[in-house]
Amino acid sequence: MKVYLLRRLLQSLVVLFGVSCVVFFILYLTGDPALVLLPPDASAEDVIRFREVMGFNDPFIVQYGRFLGGAIRGDFGQSIRHGEPAFDLVLERMPATFELAGAGLLIALCLAIPAGIISAVRRNTVADYVATVIALLGQSMPTFWLGIMLILVFSVQFNLLPSSGRGGIQHLVLPAVTLGLFTTARITRLTRSGMLEVLNQDYIRTARAKGVSNQPVVWKHALKNAAIPIVTIVGIELGTLLGGSVITETIFAWPGVGRLSVQAIYNRDYPVVQAAVFLLATTFVLVNLLVDFIYTYLDPRIRLR
Amino acid sequence: MTRATVVAPPDAILADAERPALREWRSFLRRLARRRTALFGLGVVAMVFVTALAAPLISPFDPIEQNIGERLKAPGARDAMGQLHLLGTDHLGRDLLARILYGARPALMVGFAAVLISGVLGMVTGLIAGYFGGRVDDVLMRLADIQLAFPFILLAIAVIGVLGPSLFTIIAVIGVSSWVVYARVVRGTVLSLREREFVQAALALGSRDRRVLMRHILPNAFTPWLVVATLDMARVIVIESALSFLGLGVQPPTPTWGGMLADGRVYISTAWWLATFPGLAILVTVLGINLFGDGLRDTLDPRLTV
Repeated sequence: MKVYLLRRLLQSLVVLFGVSCVVFFILYLTGDPALVLLPPDASAEDVIRFREVMGFNDPFIVQYGRFLGGAIRGDFGQSIRHGEPAFDLVLERMPATFELAGAGLLIALCLAIPAGIISAVRRNTVADYVATVIALLGQSMPTFWLGIMLILVFSVQFNLLPSSGRGGIQHLVLPAVTLGLFTTARITRLTRSGMLEVLNQDYIRTARAKGVSNQPVVWKHALKNAAIPIVTIVGIELGTLLGGSVITETIFAWPGVGRLSVQAIYNRDYPVVQAAVFLLATTFVLVNLLVDFIYTYLDPRIRLR
Repeated sequence: MTRATVVAPPDAILADAERPALREWRSFLRRLARRRTALFGLGVVAMVFVTALAAPLISPFDPIEQNIGERLKAPGARDAMGQLHLLGTDHLGRDLLARILYGARPALMVGFAAVLISGVLGMVTGLIAGYFGGRVDDVLMRLADIQLAFPFILLAIAVIGVLGPSLFTIIAVIGVSSWVVYARVVRGTVLSLREREFVQAALALGSRDRRVLMRHILPNAFTPWLVVATLDMARVIVIESALSFLGLGVQPPTPTWGGMLADGRVYISTAWWLATFPGLAILVTVLGINLFGDGLRDTLDPRLTV
């Protein structure tokens, strides 16, 4: 088991190294990072001086080494717009993004797992059809449209909930629902199909034959086995949630990393963009590492591999 | 009794060899046709496709030309010329229905082109990783992990921000960064196909890797690939409209569903129809594709998780 976890840790480090390469290359996509960073009306001398100051004339590998060294210490350079270290700006916004993503995930899990179980246990009943149709709609609905529609109904028409900003729980409701719906739909469908499969297994029939009543069979025997794919998808869905926060935060003016990065892209403030992409990707990698550790607990067979 | 089959010309033997595949396809189409929701989805997608192509025939209005005098007319209102605006007009007096019809074009174009690029990339990667295994497989799968670590939209807008938004950039960015799902599914299929008798037999007879891959493995890995491609198209269309919504998609004045939503958001308290209908257009299209894709998956392989 130790070998397995160690190998996963090494793999994560390799992935993070790859992430740093991609983030570094974003600036070099057009071939000239100076032109990407400077405003379009910068004079030719300015461009030359800027290249010198930033070290863009150095060999490529030296520049990457400098970038990686900085990234490890949390130094992505100064924000061009705010004049503060880009990393600090992003870090400041992290809690807001985590709050939103966490609330979205919580809503998704609280709705999706019961819905998926009911749907599977009462297969082909009205409850199953309702859950299936809602999940299908949720999976097909673009997040930003849902957000706008929620604002239209709950903020503009009935004036029940605020449409923007961060504050109390009432500020969290609309953005969290918006962000969580897609994940809810995914997990509902996955729970349903996972439970259906498990409920057909021999050990469930054995448990029933031994006289175990329905409730423990569903909740203990079946759910624990159906939970394995659910745990995996939760790790992956966190990536969807962190990425989805870009759109949701923009719609609801939520002061998180997503909105900061969109604004940074509009302002050509690329140090902030790089820091944001790197931090969110790192978060995703770490959470999935954690998920793998939980996995070995849920499914002991993995430890043997 | 006749032994005619033995001396049949090569063409006939070829036709004989092809018959099982053909029969399989027929049976597949028959089973697919029994799934009413899948057919419904296909119908919806076909309708969106036709209306996008035939937009000028359906709507008499120009989607780009502004008419400030007729701005923000409610759905069903008539303008000074007495023409009916079924879904109303936008903040520049343009007919909303016309813009929605024309807005399907960039969505479908990006959808097809990006899916084709990422599908081919993923197919090739998956075939190589699954067939050769070992070191090559390790490297390719780590690349997949790296790709998946990025929040997709954020990486896409960062790259588009640097390169500048255009139809070409959007297709390239989505196409190049969406290969992982295809690669994983194809790889999984190849891993199990590699152990099957017909592949082992081909190898034992001395077929080269290239031939085994192209003649024996590729055709069998195609159907799961097709399921992924269909469902991925729905995702790509949502991403295209999200990019347009953020102002990093196909640029105005070309109508896009996402761009219309962004406009509509500004007028949310006075003109509800501006944000409502373009979103419904996205929802209907994506729902249609998802229904068809689900049907396709259930017909081919219900256990395939995508």
